[in-house]
Amino acid sequence: MQVSMKLEMKDTPGQLVAALKPISEVGGNIIAVIHQRDEKTNGDVLAVQIVLELQEQKLGELLSLIKGQGVNVVRIGKERLLYKQTVIMIGHIMHTDLGDTVERIDCTGYAEVTELTLVMPAISEPSSARLVIRAVNREDMEQALGILRGIAKEKQLLIIEPLEETG
Amino acid sequence: MKLAILGMGAVGRGILEVLDGKELGLTVTGLADSKSGLMDRDGIHIEEVLAAKRERGFCGDKYISATDIVEQADYDVLVEVTPTDARTGEPATGFIKAAIGRGKHVVTSNKGPVALHHAVLQSMARKHGVAFRYEATVGGAIPIMHTLEHGLAGNRVLAVFGILNGTCNFILTRMAAENLTYDQALLEAREMGYAEADPTYDVKGIDAAIKLVILSNTIWKRNVKLDDVGITGIDMLTTDALRLAEEQHCTIRLIAEAVPERGILRVAPRVLPKNHPLVVDGSLNAITLETDMAGEITLIGKGAGSRETASAIIGDVLFIREMHVRGH
Repeated sequence: MQVSMKLEMKDTPGQLVAALKPISEVGGNIIAVIHQRDEKTNGDVLAVQIVLELQEQKLGELLSLIKGQGVNVVRIGKERLLYKQTVIMIGHIMHTDLGDTVERIDCTGYAEVTELTLVMPAISEPSSARLVIRAVNREDMEQALGILRGIAKEKQLLIIEPLEETG
Repeated sequence: MKLAILGMGAVGRGILEVLDGKELGLTVTGLADSKSGLMDRDGIHIEEVLAAKRERGFCGDKYISATDIVEQADYDVLVEVTPTDARTGEPATGFIKAAIGRGKHVVTSNKGPVALHHAVLQSMARKHGVAFRYEATVGGAIPIMHTLEHGLAGNRVLAVFGILNGTCNFILTRMAAENLTYDQALLEAREMGYAEADPTYDVKGIDAAIKLVILSNTIWKRNVKLDDVGITGIDMLTTDALRLAEEQHCTIRLIAEAVPERGILRVAPRVLPKNHPLVVDGSLNAITLETDMAGEITLIGKGAGSRETASAIIGDVLFIREMHVRGH
């Protein structure tokens, strides 16, 4: 089964590796490790979200091993798409088949448009929309944004992407 | 140390006013505007020249040209602050080459020559044993070039992100704060003197892209050109878009971004959290450098203005005096 967890640990070298080590020990497979900088934490605490695949009966063992490393398991869930970004779109969004725009992200299987807010002023004026896209990890998000860029070009929409730094 | 100054627009006048008001040990021995020039080995009287320019519209003798100053005046550093021509880089590039050819140091605020001919001008300067400096071309008063060359010497710069155009930043700040439309905010920018009569270069992102080219070529020396930059301006932005960002504690800024390892070189409006270090208000500029040793460094400061640009020019001139010129 796939499990997502939010872990908190001391922000010191080696801690993240130590936190992830038990996963392979119980035969699990890491699908994504997400560290988004906008996560609010105290200065010296590192918060990461992980998605992993493992046998259901191994979960208890894994949790105690992780806690044994001094890592705090804040949350466990089943949602898979933990990586979230907001994109703003401007143009003739409805008249260029909004359903198709969303579907082309959703059909990837690794990313979804999970929220959409659309503001339509007077007819013939460009409308503006906010899309929240969720993806499995950063690479998949980049892929999804790439698809969106293609759509924007084709439908003459302006997309305003989030700024994500490399660090 | 002796300076020849070309250009008496806002930047040139700003430099002269600073030189007049501060004891920096700098003498102006040559000066030219678009219509006239003058030279005086013993030093030009700055107050008189500024008054002449104000009263009759030109500074000196109509039979003396900028070229004459470059080729004949007695100076150590050419301060080239004529208007930018981003397509050809002329006539500034010609002036700069002529001065370097005479073995003179050059300091410029002119983006054209640096964006188009950075490698050529640098290697020419090296060959002649002189300095070619252009701190004022990017980020106004922000000492970005000094930071890169000296403060962060030995670091590998991984990425650059910047707000490099004060006009766009002013417009976006006003649209978000006052719910203005793009056209209203642009009008206000014009009234405040932040936007030119023809704002195309600013609002289409071209000015920011030229500065990104200069930054990239200074850091990575890969000879990128304006055509290599993906450019999207801010002129299509709606007030609704800013409000949608605002609802998520975000805002929109025109960001210039270079990340060579990922093949990224672009200028585009971007959504970013309001507490992000690059989110500065009004006509300010901001630049974030990501480096291997120092980590992230963000510099914030005034991106334009005659006195602010004079600060960058004077900084370059005094640096040259420190490094190259003895006995002054």
